[in-house]
This record gives sequence, C-alpha cells and structure tokens, in this order.
Amino acid sequence: MSPSNQSAPALFVRQLHKHYGDVRAVDGLDLSVAPGECFGLLGPNGAGKTTTIEICEGLLSADSGDVELLGLRWDRNEKELRQRLGIQLQETELAAKLTVEETVRLFRSFYSRGRSVQDVIRLVQLEEKRTARLGKLSGGQRQRVALACAIVGDPDLLFLDEPTTGLDPQSRRQLWDLITDFKARGRTLMLTTHYMDEAQILCDRVAIVDHGKVIALGTPRDLIGSLGAEHVVDFAFGEGQDALDDQTLRGLEGVRAVRRVADRYELQVGALHRTIPALLSLLAHRNLALSHLTTHSATLEDVFVSLTGRQLRDE
Amino acid sequence: MSESRIGAETERGLDANSLWQLIAVRFREYMREPEALFWSFGFPILLAIGLGIAFRSKPADLVHVAVVNNGPRSASLAEALRRDKGLSIEELAPDSAAVALRTGRVALVVQPDGDGGVRYEFDDTRPDARIARLMVNDAVQRGAGRADLLPITEQQVRERGSRYIDFVVPGLLGMTIMGGGIWGLGFSIVDQRRKNLLKRLVATPMSRAEYLASYVISRFVLLFVEAGVLLGASALLFGVPMRGSLIAIALIVVVSALSFGGIGLLIASRSKTIEGVSGLMNLTMLPMWVLSGVFFSSENFPARIQPLIKALPLTATNDALRAAMLRGVDLRGLWPQLAVLTAWMVVSFAIALKIFRWR
Repeated sequence: MSPSNQSAPALFVRQLHKHYGDVRAVDGLDLSVAPGECFGLLGPNGAGKTTTIEICEGLLSADSGDVELLGLRWDRNEKELRQRLGIQLQETELAAKLTVEETVRLFRSFYSRGRSVQDVIRLVQLEEKRTARLGKLSGGQRQRVALACAIVGDPDLLFLDEPTTGLDPQSRRQLWDLITDFKARGRTLMLTTHYMDEAQILCDRVAIVDHGKVIALGTPRDLIGSLGAEHVVDFAFGEGQDALDDQTLRGLEGVRAVRRVADRYELQVGALHRTIPALLSLLAHRNLALSHLTTHSATLEDVFVSLTGRQLRDE
Repeated sequence: MSESRIGAETERGLDANSLWQLIAVRFREYMREPEALFWSFGFPILLAIGLGIAFRSKPADLVHVAVVNNGPRSASLAEALRRDKGLSIEELAPDSAAVALRTGRVALVVQPDGDGGVRYEFDDTRPDARIARLMVNDAVQRGAGRADLLPITEQQVRERGSRYIDFVVPGLLGMTIMGGGIWGLGFSIVDQRRKNLLKRLVATPMSRAEYLASYVISRFVLLFVEAGVLLGASALLFGVPMRGSLIAIALIVVVSALSFGGIGLLIASRSKTIEGVSGLMNLTMLPMWVLSGVFFSSENFPARIQPLIKALPLTATNDALRAAMLRGVDLRGLWPQLAVLTAWMVVSFAIALKIFRWR
C-alpha cells in the first residue's frame, strides 16, 4: 500500500532495525496506524517499545527501515512534524519551581497553533492547581501536566510512552478518561504500555511486541478470541502428589490448551460449566487433592503467555 | 467573562512569544532559588567587606618615646621633639622611663647628658626602636641647627586606587563573571538533561537557538545587576575608584561574560550527571582562582609560566578590569585582553555547539 495516497496511514513503519551493541532492541518491526485510531504497543519491559516510539518521535535514529508520519518524513519535514506531533516521554521531570500554568504556557509558546492554556488546564482537571508549583503536586497530577504539555499544540498524532506507569489506580483511571477524550476528537494516538488492562480499555488495535518484533497484531477482542478460549482455569495440587500429564488434561471436555507454570497448571477453556466438573471428577478418580483453583476471563496477558511462554510482567 | 475567552486572550503578545517565555522561565527558576541569589549578590559583597576590613589602610603608627625629666634641658628637648608629628613624647622620671622601655611601652628613652649632649637608650634588635632612634636623632640635630645639604622633595602615595581593596574588587568582579557564566549555564543545562527535560523540549518545535539565547540573555541581565551591586557597594563603602569610562568597563564585562558563557556551555555540552559536570567546572575554575590574580597579583608566579597565565580568560578579565577601573586605560589599551577573551568565546561556542548533546 502506498503511504502517500488519500487513505494514507497516520503512522507507517517498515522493517525498523535498531541495535545497541550486541542487543537488537528493534529487529525488523512493521506497523501501520490508521488516522483516528488508538494504537497500543504492548510488551514486557525491554521488548523495544520505547526505542520504537522514540524512533517514530524523531528522537532516535534507526539503523535501517522507513518511518512515515502523517505522510511526512523526519529527514525532510522535521519542522512541520514537530508542529503536528504531541509527545509524552516515559520519564520527564518538568521544572519543579514552575507553576502548572507557567509550564503549559511555555510549551504552548512553541507551537504556532494550538489550544488555549486555560482550556488545556481545565481539560486535565488541574484548574485548582493552576498556580501551584509542580514540585508540590502528586505523581498523578504531574503526569496530567505532562499530558497537558503534550496536547497543548493540538496535535494530529499523539505519542504516549507508558503514560500511567507508577500511578495509583485512581490516577490511572483519570488519565484513561483524558486519553479517551482525546480519542473522541478524532485524533490519532499511539501509546506503549505493559499493562494489559490499559491496552484492552484504551486501544482500538494492539501490537504485541517481544524482542523487538511484532508477534501479534489485532483488536484486543480478536487477539483474545484467537486463543479460542474465553476462560482460563488455574490450579495446583498439594505437595508430594503425582503430576498429571498434559495429554490427559487436553482430553478433558472444552480444553483448548494446557500450560504449566512451575507447579501450576493453566487450562484455556471454552466453557467453564463443562470443563470444571470434568476436571473435578478426573481428580477424584486419581485421588488428587487441589491446593489452589481459580478461573478468570482470558486477557491480553494470556495471549502473551500463550505466544511466548512467559508472563508479561515479571512480578 | 467565560474561561475560554480568558484563555483565548492570554495567548497573544508576549505570552505566545517562545523566546520571552524561555527567558521568563530562566528568571523564575533563578528568583525561586534563594541560595542562587545569595551566591551571586551577597557573597561577593560580604567577601569585599571582609577583605576591606582586614586590609584597611591605617594611618602610620606614632612612635612612642620617653624623655627623662631630670633638669631644665629636658623640657626644651621634649618641646623640640614634639614638633615632629610622627613622635609621641612623654616626660617621665628616670625609673619609670626605665620601666616603660623594658615593657615596650616606649621604643626609646632620651635624656640630656651632663656636657650638653643627648643620650639614647633602646633595644637595637627592635625595628621600631631603630626607627625611633633615627627620627629622634633627626629632630634633635635639626633643633640644634643642622641643615640638609641636598634639597629633597617627597610625595606621599596613599591614594585611592593603590590599596588592597582597590586591587581585590576587580578580581572579585572577574570571579563573579566567571562563576555566573560557568555555574549559571553548566549546572542548569545538565540538570535539564539529567531530568530528560532537554529531550522533552527538543521534542517540541522549540528553536534550539532560542533555548541557548534565553540562557545568554538572562545571564546578561543578571550579570549587569550583579556587577552593578558589587561595584556600587565597593564605591560607596570603600571609595573604590572607577577611573575608566563606563563603556569600557561594560564592554569588558560583556565580552568576558560571553567567553565564560561559551566555556560553561562547552563544559555542559555532554555531561549527563551533576557530579560529572561539577567535577569539570571545578577543574576549570580552580586553576584560574589561583593563577589569575583574584586575591593576589599573578605576577608572583614564575616568568616562565606568565604567557600561559596571561592566556587564561580570568587573567584577561581581571587585568582588563584593573586597567580600566584603577588606571583609567581606555579601549585602545585593552585590546590584548579583549582579544584573548574573544578567542576563548569563539572557540568554546564553536566546539560546544558542535558536540552539544540535546537528547
């Protein structure tokens, strides 16, 4: 597909490579984000998400590959791109001695067009903190100032790198609301996250990234659906009991896949009401006692686990 | 009035001018840092006051002499000696004169002896006693009618401009300019790089030239205030002279501020940590504090290293400031120093801009 025609993607990345020494941070990554879409890069820490997004933001140069944003390229259209992009970096400490309003006004002054300082401060719900210095704000409030600085130029394409990392649940929800508002204005958004719930709630489409490559791409619903299972059963036995072999478990009614994580078993199943009774009767037959049993609806985390055999977060 | 109308109105004029906003940020950050205010204003003044008190010029000490009161001739001898304003004369009984000499309260005891002569008692190992002997003898001989064979003229040099305080104030000003340029730029830029703020700014359409200009301009404004406060305070408190033209002095301040600004920028161009940049700043400034004649003349160092010392930017600044302030040298006489400073400025800015790490 030609990136220069009318239905051009807002962001188009082809065969991106970047290495640091021996480490291949980005290893042949392809992406295409449609205008108005909210696109998420989901992956564990060190997967190459930040390197990818910073190459797209023109802050890092790639070893090879093409990046095109809004039909423009960094080597030819840097000035225009800077005016039309909004960027929030993963870790920026804005000046602690400046107030919210002074900070947003500074960023506003860099853009030739944009939204009014007061509007943006109201949008991120910091009107009461307008004259407070950033050093006195909470982490969530500071993150909202950072978001205000990213959107004050009224960008056509907004990049958010781990926007809610380190925030408490309430602050995360507040930020999600703000991001949803931005989406509602029809602008394009790309974010990175290692929170599956964040990707699931905010993103129209998600690319799961591991070792610098896209290993799965689609809507959250399609990706979860690709497991062919809506639920996950997680169980374990007490110590010193014989193990069950995977073959037997796979034979149970409704089981699509079996995984073992340490001494725990994970079954991906289509319908709980069929599989659970079958599992329990199998255990009774083998004289095995459960030490642990939980079930949950399948998530993007399960997609990641089934693709890589590893957890998304190493906690 | 609605909120949005207020908002729309505030984005005009200076509020929307990015250079103005960047400069305003520099000043806000500076003014909200009380320590910075002290180091740039209070410290040089306190230092000048302390040094001024320690090295103040005192009137020459009077020489204390006792005349032994043992007859009519002693009164006329004391009378003759009192005419010398450098002597303080006491008439004492013989035994109390001996005590005063032993305890050092007087440097010399004078008494008329039997056959019309005069007798001196003093400790010849004490310099002040030998001076007293010379002064008293001179007064005695003149009183007896001795005349000088050769005519002499003498001029007392104790004027403003040659005191220690006059020497040290230009040095302190040079030190302030150096500290302001190197600390003011170096610390702040590296702090912003460390906090990823520099990278964040570069991710906006901000002009990099304006970013650097905001530092240079705000340094200039602060520098003129700092220099004005320091020079004003030393003129008021100590009468330190300003013999050269204000234009010449201002030009030295501007050129030296630019060259130290360039050096500060160069020091800050790569460092990512405060520790790293502090080390570099101290490494740069310490040799100049010692060598460049802030507190004592750089002429004290061996002749072989003088060319090196003269090439240091702080030496050039201090020499030019002293020449202009104390000797009234005009711009034509200041070009060697201004040339040294300009060379530092051009070279350091050129290298700094080439290797500057924005991300």
